[in-house]
Amino acid sequence: MRATYILGFVGSVTTLLLLFELLRRRRLREKYAVFWVVVALLTLVVAIFPSTLAAVADLVGVSVPSNLLFFVASMLLLGVSIHHSYELGRLEERTRTLAEEIALLRMELRAPSDAASGLDS
Amino acid sequence: MAGHGSELRVLVVMPALNEARSLGETIAELRDAYPDVDLLVVDDGSTDNTAGVARKAGAQVCRLPFNLGVGGAMRTGYRYAIRHGYDAVVQVDADGQHDPTYLKALLDGLEDADIVVGARFAGAGDYRARGPRRWAMRMLAFALTRLARTKLTDVTSGFRAVNRRAMRIFADHYPAEYLGDTVESLVIALRSGCSVTQVPVSMRARSFGQASQTPLRASLYLLRAVVALSLALVRHWPSTLESYAESS
Repeated sequence: MRATYILGFVGSVTTLLLLFELLRRRRLREKYAVFWVVVALLTLVVAIFPSTLAAVADLVGVSVPSNLLFFVASMLLLGVSIHHSYELGRLEERTRTLAEEIALLRMELRAPSDAASGLDS
Repeated sequence: MAGHGSELRVLVVMPALNEARSLGETIAELRDAYPDVDLLVVDDGSTDNTAGVARKAGAQVCRLPFNLGVGGAMRTGYRYAIRHGYDAVVQVDADGQHDPTYLKALLDGLEDADIVVGARFAGAGDYRARGPRRWAMRMLAFALTRLARTKLTDVTSGFRAVNRRAMRIFADHYPAEYLGDTVESLVIALRSGCSVTQVPVSMRARSFGQASQTPLRASLYLLRAVVALSLALVRHWPSTLESYAESS
């Protein structure tokens, strides 16, 4: 067995263990973990049966199998990065809304009489 | 409201970031011209005594827990105005560059439009811009004029009056991004069916500090203006005028 495949095997098993531990400690939400579990399992398959990678590369017409692996890996990472940017933007918008509401609530708490007087002035 | 001759309940919203030095003077000036107008200062995460100065000057003060930019401060103001039943909101800068005596002119404009922008190049005053910054402002003015079907010469002005119809839109959708509080908010309002017009105002140099005008920064401004405008034109906005800000 070649060193690259041993690395792949060790890497994917470590990833699976890490994911399991994070899930167990409730540090990772299932909706994100599912994706990484699938990726780790696929890596494991390729590590144990290197011929699957060669077969897929042959099927799509990529002459060097590792190039296919690199391409798929970088596209996956790109996709995940974009998804994180999207989630971050959504969180920022929610944080902003919460900050605005807190500011308004804090003002009304501080001076309820002032806030009410705005209604009948 | 007394001193201005109409039945509108008007709220002046002043977004302020570290304006402790000029805010007191700006409020005093506003009070000189309009003693009875309601004033809300939105402290946009200042690290100086902005909120204290504003309270001392008798304003309602709303403190954001951290800096959100003018867009965040103004959306807070619009929500407050909606919930407290105001008919119009006038945005006035805390740094003193907006002359509060034009308040009445802006409010009078609301009889014919939903949003009235106080424009710097429309005759009054002597504000000038040069180079890429000028091209950017021209391009924005051209695009917004076509969209609004009425002449708009200064769409980046933060001196504006807004009626209840536009307030309802802005209470939900007021962008916090760069140029979002000026250009994009106008595009949103226009695409939601609001009408926009302008009245000429003169603006003064800021009490403290000047807008930087190096060629590089001006070019960057042009680039960002193009991006902001293009995005504003293609973005999807909810067409509904129902506001969740109103329900609470």
